[in-house]
Amino acid sequence: MTTVIEVEGVSKQFKIHHERSQTLKERLLHPKSGSTEVFHALSDMNFEVSSGETVGIVGHNGSGKSTLLKCICGVLQPTSGQIRLRGSLAALLELGAGFQTELSGRDNVYLYGAMLGFSRKRVDGIFDDIVDFSEIEHFIDTQVKFYSSGMYVRLAFAVAVNVDPDILVVDEVLAVGDERFQAKCTDRIRTFQEEGRSILLVTHQADQVRSLCDRAIVLDGGLMVANGPVQESLRIFREHLLEDAVELDRTGLRAEISIDSVTTPSGSFDVRSGAGIHLDVNMTSHLAYSGNFMMEIFTRGGLLISRSDAQGSPVNLKPGPNRVGIDLAQIPLLDGVYDVNVGIVDHHGTVIAWREQAASIQVTYNGREGGIVELGASVSQ
Amino acid sequence: MNNESSTGVERRSLDDAPVRVVSARVNLGTRLRNLLSRRELLTSLISSDIRIKYKGSALGLFWSMLSPALTLGIYDLVFSVITKNGYPDFALYLFSGLVVWNMFFNSVISATGVIVDRAGLVKKVSFPREILPLANVGAAVIYFFIQLGVLCLFLLVLGHSPAWSFLWILPISFAALYLLAASVSIVMSAITVYMRDMRHLMEVLLQLWFWLSPVVYSYENTISLRLHAHGIAWVYFLNPITLIIMTFQRIFYVSTNVNSTQIPHPVLHILPSWPMSTYFYLNASLLGLMAIIFLISLTIFGRLEGNFESEL
Repeated sequence: MTTVIEVEGVSKQFKIHHERSQTLKERLLHPKSGSTEVFHALSDMNFEVSSGETVGIVGHNGSGKSTLLKCICGVLQPTSGQIRLRGSLAALLELGAGFQTELSGRDNVYLYGAMLGFSRKRVDGIFDDIVDFSEIEHFIDTQVKFYSSGMYVRLAFAVAVNVDPDILVVDEVLAVGDERFQAKCTDRIRTFQEEGRSILLVTHQADQVRSLCDRAIVLDGGLMVANGPVQESLRIFREHLLEDAVELDRTGLRAEISIDSVTTPSGSFDVRSGAGIHLDVNMTSHLAYSGNFMMEIFTRGGLLISRSDAQGSPVNLKPGPNRVGIDLAQIPLLDGVYDVNVGIVDHHGTVIAWREQAASIQVTYNGREGGIVELGASVSQ
Repeated sequence: MNNESSTGVERRSLDDAPVRVVSARVNLGTRLRNLLSRRELLTSLISSDIRIKYKGSALGLFWSMLSPALTLGIYDLVFSVITKNGYPDFALYLFSGLVVWNMFFNSVISATGVIVDRAGLVKKVSFPREILPLANVGAAVIYFFIQLGVLCLFLLVLGHSPAWSFLWILPISFAALYLLAASVSIVMSAITVYMRDMRHLMEVLLQLWFWLSPVVYSYENTISLRLHAHGIAWVYFLNPITLIIMTFQRIFYVSTNVNSTQIPHPVLHILPSWPMSTYFYLNASLLGLMAIIFLISLTIFGRLEGNFESEL
């Protein structure tokens, strides 16, 4: 397999100017005003992306993921180190950034295509596909300044994905457009994967990484803290995100115990808000072990809703298949899909066995509260 | 279907695809290669630049001619009619020089702020940034050729023929002009990112530059004698655009094909009395010098562009 992106020892430092003069006049009048501070946005990044791979980059705000992406796209130059790219690259850093609002949609398609590095002939060949995908046939000859923001974004996305790049770089842009268009974009990304192209996806949303990526890289404070399988990386991402939550010691994983599946008696994970659900956790153990059972519930956005007490639920495993039942008497959550992680910890809280996203519970809610949990507030005066 | 299969072939041969390197230092050869590989973007930007400027105006390019025409008329009125400088066909002399000056002026004045104005693009889309100022130069080149066309019409109406035997020097002179305009535009566009008031300074500097160039007056019969008296006539020629303007004037204004000044000509005293070979050698050396300056300007731009993203 060919390596399409090679990031070698890339660091990026920004000088932050305090009250920096931006004119010649001010520089002449106050030659020594303002102080400068060096900010390390990226420190010694090293990783590779092979052709056909989809890699997610996750990290919270300020972790350096956008800086990294800009370096890869060539918008920013790294302070040291280098990035080697093979094949054509289309970047969606901000949809429609290259549009000239005075020109028609048609002219902009060609201009944007040229900006992404694709020839006029190539854009000619796919022009109809672009218009089709963007669903703005009637307005293609209208000046872009009269477009709605949705039309604007759809056209930009349509150009970028139709110009047939070898590498597609996407930065949080899938959160735009209505739900139907989002689904269309996700579909297109899957087609890209099937065609063996490489995709680099930056996102906050853990479920997007989980559903689309083969591998995930986690950045924190300009450092790469994880680069590996999605589940493993997301796990680390959460722990970095939830600094106040107790960090689980995961150095003690043991191969003898594996969590095979989580099932429900009815086979369905759908539940009405306020109702209960029973989960069966099926495990295989090669030794007798007594520890504590542990469970976490996350939102799809990666927010921890609940983590059970590591000391509160002892289980005794015997060699062979084991089954542990969990009763969630009442789920006060609102509409959405919630991921359940289960595991076994020893008496010191060290994780012995773990399964990420062992089950996903689909909650339906008919009430009128918004958010993630129903508190059933009643107001009196 | 055909399209799909051809791209499929391309993806399979990704092993041989050229490797692009993003790093702090990109050498000059790579910069030039990157620029050349994006010619198509350059033409797209030039055409969109021109289209945006004249969108919604029925007369289109006519407006771009109005301002130079007015300048020409005013200078002709002031210098020829009011102050009676006595140059024969002064409007033609003016026009030949203004064509050159307008090309230089339009390039630099529009390119100076272009990176700042297109910050949204520069921060989000990757392409060789020099293309932005070069697109402004390209648009100025288009106007240049339109004005050159008008100048030719002018010659036809006046029944005045250009110096045909000198015509072959024109491309050399134009190439030097292009490289000069491109170099100044590229450097100024990058400096403006760091010093935003460069635009205002540039307007003043260009005015000064204009009066240092022999467009509305003749070097030969004004300051030449005084400079010669001090032995510093060469100082005037440090201004690179001077030679280009003189070459254009020699070709379009002085219709005589004679190689030297032996044969008296009523307008020859307005221009230096150089033979054709001098015009050629001077223009060829200027072109060589401008090529070096162009490479230096690309290097300066490369050094400055590293911080564009954080300065914009």
